Amino acid sequence: MKSLVSHKSWLCLVLVSFFLPLCSEAQEEDLLALLGEEEETVNFTYATFKANRIINLHSVENTAKGVLDIKISHRFGFLNGGFSELFGLDQASIRIGADYGISPKLMVGFGRSSFEKTYDGFLKYKILRQSSGAKTMPVTASFLASTAIKTIPFQDPDRENFFSSRMYYVFQGLIGRKFNESLSLQLSPTLVHRNLVRTSTESNDVYSLGLGGRIKLNKRTSFNIEYIYVQPDQLAPGYRNSFSVGFDIETGGHVFQLHFTNSTSMIEKGFITETIGNWLDGDIHFGFNVSRVFTVN
Amino acid sequence: MKKIISYIVFAFIAITNINAQKYFTKTGEISFYSQTPIENIQAVSNTVTTVYDTESGNIQWAVLIKSFTFEKSLMQEHFNENYMESSKFPKASFKGQITNHTNVNLQKDGTYTVDVEGELTIHGVTNLVSTKAIIVVEKGAINATSSLKVFVADYGIEIPSVVKENIAKEIEININAEYEELSKS
Repeated sequence: MKSLVSHKSWLCLVLVSFFLPLCSEAQEEDLLALLGEEEETVNFTYATFKANRIINLHSVENTAKGVLDIKISHRFGFLNGGFSELFGLDQASIRIGADYGISPKLMVGFGRSSFEKTYDGFLKYKILRQSSGAKTMPVTASFLASTAIKTIPFQDPDRENFFSSRMYYVFQGLIGRKFNESLSLQLSPTLVHRNLVRTSTESNDVYSLGLGGRIKLNKRTSFNIEYIYVQPDQLAPGYRNSFSVGFDIETGGHVFQLHFTNSTSMIEKGFITETIGNWLDGDIHFGFNVSRVFTVN
Repeated sequence: MKKIISYIVFAFIAITNINAQKYFTKTGEISFYSQTPIENIQAVSNTVTTVYDTESGNIQWAVLIKSFTFEKSLMQEHFNENYMESSKFPKASFKGQITNHTNVNLQKDGTYTVDVEGELTIHGVTNLVSTKAIIVVEKGAINATSSLKVFVADYGIEIPSVVKENIAKEIEININAEYEELSKS
């Protein structure tokens, strides 16, 4: 009798041990969950803007390390030139430039503008990167320092002219945030220092605040807008704040930026302190920036 | 009393068995390759998480799209931003089974070719796929490699006409994982 019970219990155990693995097989198991919670990684935000310029203003984007970005930028004449000027297309101001990424955080660039035959060079350094996840940072922040040398003959050749009088310096902070896939905004407090100004009423140091943003219309096109507020009484009468709207169109290795702006110059000291166009009078330039990247190393 | 002890012993054996059945790694390698006459594009990630259940033959893996690195940084940006939309679909994953897993003898060193089938999810789109894999057993360790070709269009990934010549319609995916035993702690 005793041995029978024990047999029964063994039989029971054998049956159970057969069914156990079957049970585990039957249920659709999430195997990866067995590895436990995933470690949270730092999720850096990328592509706040499509290009390293919004329109005229620098964006918080850097040229990637080892990448050479050749930029050809045009601003045609004012649209209100009418038919005889083919709405400004008869005239063109051009800047040819190259940007290069030295490290993931540091980029340099130089260019030459036909407007006032100006050479410019800059460096831009990324201080903060917007991120979520293990490390949260609400904004991307960069610092830009740029120098321009105007090489057209001095206005008054009879006075004593110094080479330093041709020089302009710009210091700019860039604070940008990608709010979501489509909307990015940026603030750019800027100081433009001019070694020589035309009249004593104008300031050598000009403080301004640039505002820029973009809205993505689809994966490869965005609508961009920027406005630069210059604190009053720093510039001579007649100078206006720069306002521009445009589109970024991306195709593989190119970004085409097409825009309308009241600024003629494409470098900071120019479009911030020397904009004369009035949007309401039709003093609007059609223009474009074409960027082509080459991976150098 | 004897009955209770034997129950406990059996339960113990059953539990340890289940433990020994699962193998995993968090550092599997996955790469993909697009070949066209104009350019070849390649990207790799070394952070594939995968678990293989030797008992049932079930196998799963997942990888973060953002972990793929490219030779050209702009490609990487476009890959995440335009093609894979990695902020919307952060992971690619596979959930399936080695249908003839009983052919693999983990106690014996050797190379086994097996059939795998299951659901591959890329860009939020899930498709049934099947392929072959090679399992190499050496001193109790498992190495698995597999290769698979998928059509970009099957996963709802649009390629604009300007770069149509640069990106292959069919992409080759290679995966390689060194599994280790999963012990519950």
